[in-house]
Amino acid sequence: MTHPDQDLHQTAESPNTPSMTRRGFLKRMSALGGGILLYYTTGPAELLARTERAGYIGSSIPVDFNAFLRIGADNRVTCFTGKIEMGQGPITSLPQMLAEELEVAYEDVDIVMGDTDLCPWDAGTWGSLTTRYFGVFLREAACEARGVLKEMAAERLKVPADRLETANGAVFDSNNPGRKITYAELTGGKVIERHLKELPPLQPVSEFTVMGRSFDRRDGEEKVTGKAQFAADIRLPGMLYAKLLRPPAHGARLKTIDTSAAEKIKGVRVIREGDFVAVLHERPDRAEQVLSQMKAEFDPPTKGVDDASIFDYLVNNAPSPNIVSSGGSLETGKKSATEVLEEAYLNSYVAHAPMEPHAATARFEDGKMTVWASTQAPFPLRDQIARILNLSPDKVRIITPFVGGGFGGKSASQQAVEAARLAKITNRPVQVAWNRAEEFFYDTFRPAAVVKIDSGLDSEGRITFWDYHVYFAGERGSDQFYDIPHHRVAAYGNWMGSSTSVHPFAVGPWRAPAANTNTYARELQMNLMAARAKADPVAFRLKHLKDQRMIGVLKAAADMFGWTPAPPPSGRGLGVACAIDAGTYVATMAEVGVDKDNGRVEVKRVVCAQDMGFVVNPDGARMQMEGCITMGLGYALAEEVRFKNGEILDRNFDTYTLPRFSWVPKIETVLVDNPGLSPQGGGEPAVSNMGAVIAAAVHDAVGAKVDQLPMTPDRVKAAIQSGA
Amino acid sequence: MRETIQFTLNGRKVTLDTDGDRTLLWVLRSDLGMTGPKYGCGEGLCGSCTVLINDEAMPSCQMRTTDAAGAELVTIEGLAGNGRLHPLQEAFIEKGAFQCGYCTPGMILKAYSLLKANPNPSAEDIVWGLEDNLCRCGAHVRIVEAIQSAARILKGGAS
Repeated sequence: MTHPDQDLHQTAESPNTPSMTRRGFLKRMSALGGGILLYYTTGPAELLARTERAGYIGSSIPVDFNAFLRIGADNRVTCFTGKIEMGQGPITSLPQMLAEELEVAYEDVDIVMGDTDLCPWDAGTWGSLTTRYFGVFLREAACEARGVLKEMAAERLKVPADRLETANGAVFDSNNPGRKITYAELTGGKVIERHLKELPPLQPVSEFTVMGRSFDRRDGEEKVTGKAQFAADIRLPGMLYAKLLRPPAHGARLKTIDTSAAEKIKGVRVIREGDFVAVLHERPDRAEQVLSQMKAEFDPPTKGVDDASIFDYLVNNAPSPNIVSSGGSLETGKKSATEVLEEAYLNSYVAHAPMEPHAATARFEDGKMTVWASTQAPFPLRDQIARILNLSPDKVRIITPFVGGGFGGKSASQQAVEAARLAKITNRPVQVAWNRAEEFFYDTFRPAAVVKIDSGLDSEGRITFWDYHVYFAGERGSDQFYDIPHHRVAAYGNWMGSSTSVHPFAVGPWRAPAANTNTYARELQMNLMAARAKADPVAFRLKHLKDQRMIGVLKAAADMFGWTPAPPPSGRGLGVACAIDAGTYVATMAEVGVDKDNGRVEVKRVVCAQDMGFVVNPDGARMQMEGCITMGLGYALAEEVRFKNGEILDRNFDTYTLPRFSWVPKIETVLVDNPGLSPQGGGEPAVSNMGAVIAAAVHDAVGAKVDQLPMTPDRVKAAIQSGA
Repeated sequence: MRETIQFTLNGRKVTLDTDGDRTLLWVLRSDLGMTGPKYGCGEGLCGSCTVLINDEAMPSCQMRTTDAAGAELVTIEGLAGNGRLHPLQEAFIEKGAFQCGYCTPGMILKAYSLLKANPNPSAEDIVWGLEDNLCRCGAHVRIVEAIQSAARILKGGAS
């Protein structure tokens, strides 16, 4: 099988596939009901994109505002987005953005997400891009639609357009507010085939009434009553549940299999195409039982690496580096250093472990494949299934129900390909729902990685040079933002692309990919340097910062925390870490207790200050920060995937430990006011400080440098005993 | 072994003719179409499949169907009565005590069972009462707040 991430990134749809042509697009829009309200277009639609939509994430996104919104005959507005809801909250925040710009009531906006037949093309829900990028496209679409509606109203009301204003889903004469017409009266529920030559200015922040307010999540009632459907909750007439034969280890090859006994069982269907072996039954438990009794032999994989030898292996097999940034002269910097720190930091493979394992339900009917999938990337998945099943992309529809957590792990959706294959072979609706062991086995783990940093201080306690080398974590978050005269950042390999072949199994994006690893290494190094300089770690950072946004979040965190300066290790167990991720600045402070006898770390308090530009939904943003902090406890303290010769040794929550209620510290979040900056990322940035801030606090508590994540009790104890 | 099993599911009598050794979770989800209880781990390690058996929270992935015979069984679908949400459900919405929502049915039913046994739980009681229910999104702080809030409302309503 090709690597899922490669798949993902090779399937950028070219703009001339059938569903993207103008005719195809209008047909699709009118299929939603209501027909098309035709006007002469005032220019080619391609000229209407105001924000550059380039690169993979933008190139295929439609520019026609009709792709993003639809005004119904009842004056309700539907927002269409290729983004999906996996807990991060766009189901609430995107309607806020649309309501604000279109001037309709928030309550009058509905939303359709992740349906490839209805929604505008989208690369996938990752990278904290939904608000930052898609949100801008959506606002531009609403802005243009509002302008068109005003033009139409000017004609209908016979009032000059510059006298017209919009509010609450209607256009009115500002000289005579009683003279008005609703959007629905203007459009009759039809698609508006009319465009503007120039986009009017977006609503100014000072006028916002819907953006910037905290609304309750709109999926609340569904999610507390059990009505919310996930991919494995889809029930179709005649549906079969499929369980697939899995190898015991990555790299193991199927040698023999005897399906004859299973085939004789009433109600059981067995499908075999080479290594692809599935048992199907109307009851999922029966399918699993029959599969478990099937006799299969595998050739074991050739001897490979394990979770201890992987780090040397990675460094020894590293490709030539990409120089992310450099400046000054390292040689000069080294000469002026009176103290030099040469450190190496490791982090293990980490699983996504969403509570919902990958699941998909597929139906092949009248030549069209429909797949309900737990996926973060419905459009790339559509193209992947079309390619594998030799169907035209418009003959594949992905519908994304609620996704039960993704964190990057559902960017790859092998289970949906499996369900679609089986639905086509059997001509019956088929559900493939992975069990927890399959979820761990096929997860695209956060890559194990190594970071080596050499850095130096002069006699004034200033950093003279910074020589940074990251192996296989990736570049994101590797570039340091401190004021250092002589520096180099080099990245060897990445978390995606061809360099992933060095790993014994698939790896991929894990919430703030690469940034967790790079932030842990950089910020712990900063803390150790502060210790060498006998400086308070906050003051030490401020001394090396010119960036006002970073200074702002650091001071905001210190204020909330009540930080009092002392050089580490102070014995107090206090730590600090800073990061820039997805356009957002984050400073985090933590207090920990360390049991010197057994190495156990208890995180008592975390304060996180974040400057994410304008905040669309403050409570939603805080939820993401709290989630990041809580999730981050896991990779910092406990989570690692152990493996040997391609076999994944942690396959369930008995040995793979997730953060629990008793772990959760007192959490305080600060949103640093920066309304002049357009909204930045919110789902990922705060997670990237967690390894660093806890490592710094452990060092402050006991003077031990724990140079490997997770900081398990054994590693903390070993670090204390070694006097590191 | 095939047998006839009866129990009450969300207030309605159910009669099943099936192998009593089958796992209750799968019978609920596939035979009875009750998809509120979720599969999370299959080994009783996460709490996503929690149901109420005579008001006690149980992992349905660890129960045989025959173990439910004669019991009052409630899934998340049956918690709201007479079209009104249970105070726990309302509190989960109000406090934003969920993100992806996959663990939510189990969290709410576990909390229901906890409050039945202890109507005045401290925050620590709640933390340890829900310790075996996993949430990957990190909604823990708000879940505890929601349960505290619901406990206050339930006490007020009962007096």
